[in-house]
Amino acid sequence: MTAPIAPTQGYAFAYLDEQTKRMIRRAILKAVAIPGHQVPFASRDMPMPYGWGTGGIQVTAAILGPSDVLKVIDQGADDTTNAVSIRAFFRKTAGVATTTRTAEATVIQTRHRIPETPLRAGQTLVYQVPIPEPLRFLEPRETETRVMHALADYGLMHVKLYEDIAEHGHIAKTYAYPVRVEGRYVMDPSPIPKFDNPKMHMSPALQLFGAGREKRIYALPPFTKVESLDFDDHPFEPTRFDAPCALCGATDGYLDEVVTDDRGGRMFVCSDTDHCETRREAGHRGALLAAEDPAGGATARPEIAEDLP
Amino acid sequence: MYVSVKGGERAIRAAHRLLAHRRRGDRAVPEVAADQIREQLSLAVDRVMNEGSLHDRDLAALAIKQARGDLIEAAFLVRAYRTTLPRFGASRPIDTGAMAVERRVSATFKDLPGGQILGPTFDYTHRLLDFALEGESEVPVAEVAAVPPAETAMPRVTDLLGDEGLIEAEPPACDGAEVGDLTRAPLRVPAARDLRLQQLARGDEGFLLALGYSSQRGFGSTHPFAGEIRIGEVAVEFDVPELGFAVPLGLIAVSECQMVNQFAGSSVVPPTFTRGYGLAFGQSERKVMAMALVDRALRTEELGGEAVHPAQDQEFVLAHADNVQATGFVEHLKLPHYVDFQAELALVRAMRREHAARAETAADAFEEAAE
Repeated sequence: MTAPIAPTQGYAFAYLDEQTKRMIRRAILKAVAIPGHQVPFASRDMPMPYGWGTGGIQVTAAILGPSDVLKVIDQGADDTTNAVSIRAFFRKTAGVATTTRTAEATVIQTRHRIPETPLRAGQTLVYQVPIPEPLRFLEPRETETRVMHALADYGLMHVKLYEDIAEHGHIAKTYAYPVRVEGRYVMDPSPIPKFDNPKMHMSPALQLFGAGREKRIYALPPFTKVESLDFDDHPFEPTRFDAPCALCGATDGYLDEVVTDDRGGRMFVCSDTDHCETRREAGHRGALLAAEDPAGGATARPEIAEDLP
Repeated sequence: MYVSVKGGERAIRAAHRLLAHRRRGDRAVPEVAADQIREQLSLAVDRVMNEGSLHDRDLAALAIKQARGDLIEAAFLVRAYRTTLPRFGASRPIDTGAMAVERRVSATFKDLPGGQILGPTFDYTHRLLDFALEGESEVPVAEVAAVPPAETAMPRVTDLLGDEGLIEAEPPACDGAEVGDLTRAPLRVPAARDLRLQQLARGDEGFLLALGYSSQRGFGSTHPFAGEIRIGEVAVEFDVPELGFAVPLGLIAVSECQMVNQFAGSSVVPPTFTRGYGLAFGQSERKVMAMALVDRALRTEELGGEAVHPAQDQEFVLAHADNVQATGFVEHLKLPHYVDFQAELALVRAMRREHAARAETAADAFEEAAE
């Protein structure tokens, strides 16, 4: 974990001015009060491109306080370029402490994953959302989908899932898999793999979703019921992996497939780098590490850089 | 080791250094200065001010330099800067009727009070590359006709038609009414015309051009005439409540297009021409003409028509006109998606296994039947 530093002069704490943060906080409060409901907010132009997490960044900026400890992940990893860039942004504009350890963080901004380490009460998970509307690809018009949500008219979604089964034998949704919140709103969990869907259910942490380009915020307050849509005869099934992580031997996590050569060579490693490193610190070894260094014990976690030019 | 596939801060640092290096180009060539861009690439500056939604020629020029001439990237830089600016309020409506006109043309009347003024236009140039511009060129100072003072009568064409009741009346100006601002409140559709025009003014010139063009080619024709295009400087005034009168803030150059379109009317209201309106910073003639076409197309339902074509469809036009948003979402596809792709791989492999199993079963059954 890095210690807090003085934020850059010339901008408000965490970049956004106080009026804007108040407007976003109001949207967040409304979102928390109506779990799964998309609340419009006056999303600002940010210094990162739309699609890079402007919604999540605005939500994080609005909830961050000087005593927070921030973790940022993209594809589950702290060291992916966009995660590095967003972490450096808040380091610069808010000066908050940062960490790669899920357990140490109070605010975790994420793109496409939920950490493997179960979240606890008091933590907030901020999702970056590209398309907040779960019905968007079934009905392109906002005026229509708004009415469908108001009437809880989700027949179209069930028909789509049924057609998937009829055509492919499976519900052909492997990520951004739709969920129903507290039996009311159907919600897009952002493009997390459906592997992560069960982690949303009854989580003790607050989960906030920010879509900057589409100007929507929605939320799952702690201990909210979140069910992945399915059918009695085709129950929801998270993606499973055949191999353990080659580095730490984990069998409980989501894995990235890494192409090792041009002859079909593949290896599978944890997508959640903190999970993998924590296990390796505890002495767990996967097949690859055991082969490379049969004698070795626990390995140290790599440092992350905090500041970008 | 595998970690090379995951980027990192060293990679970003090096990429930023290389970007700056490439931006500078060949060191044997003098560096371009922002004021050269401001003065000599002024139409690019105008476009960046419009799509960046900020009237500041110096910042727009700096953004063009920083963006290596990528105008959407430059607009993005200006937008991100604009976000951080405090907002004092809205100016009084500018009066384009009192414009110090540099260019004014009407396609609907051969001559009209105030006359036709060509101004600095490409319209009648021959598009032959001028190799004299390759080197330093001596450009003679042009005689600029004394800009007619604002008092000189140059009535708007739409006002001339309006006097006769031939064109629909503008809704009366309501001073003090709240001005919509889609950068401060989320846009909800259907949106009022002030918000629609704001989005079009910020919108991508190419997108509006294509939409306007499509409406001319039968996808929602409005039978337009360019009633008037005028370009020049107008005063911006700001009401200061403490003073009780409007304070002039300065002059800005704007382009305005009033499109005159085919008829509306009913059993009660006699037929009149209808309006389409375009306004943008600087000399942005193509932009305001396209904007006026699209503005009129977006009024189709209001005027009793049925919105069936893209240019008439508010959700389609308003949701996709912003090029900073569009480029962000299109280009975000280059960010890593391997978690989601992994999930897709797992599914497609499972489906292929099942497919193979089914084929095998079918083949077995066929063999058994053959025996």
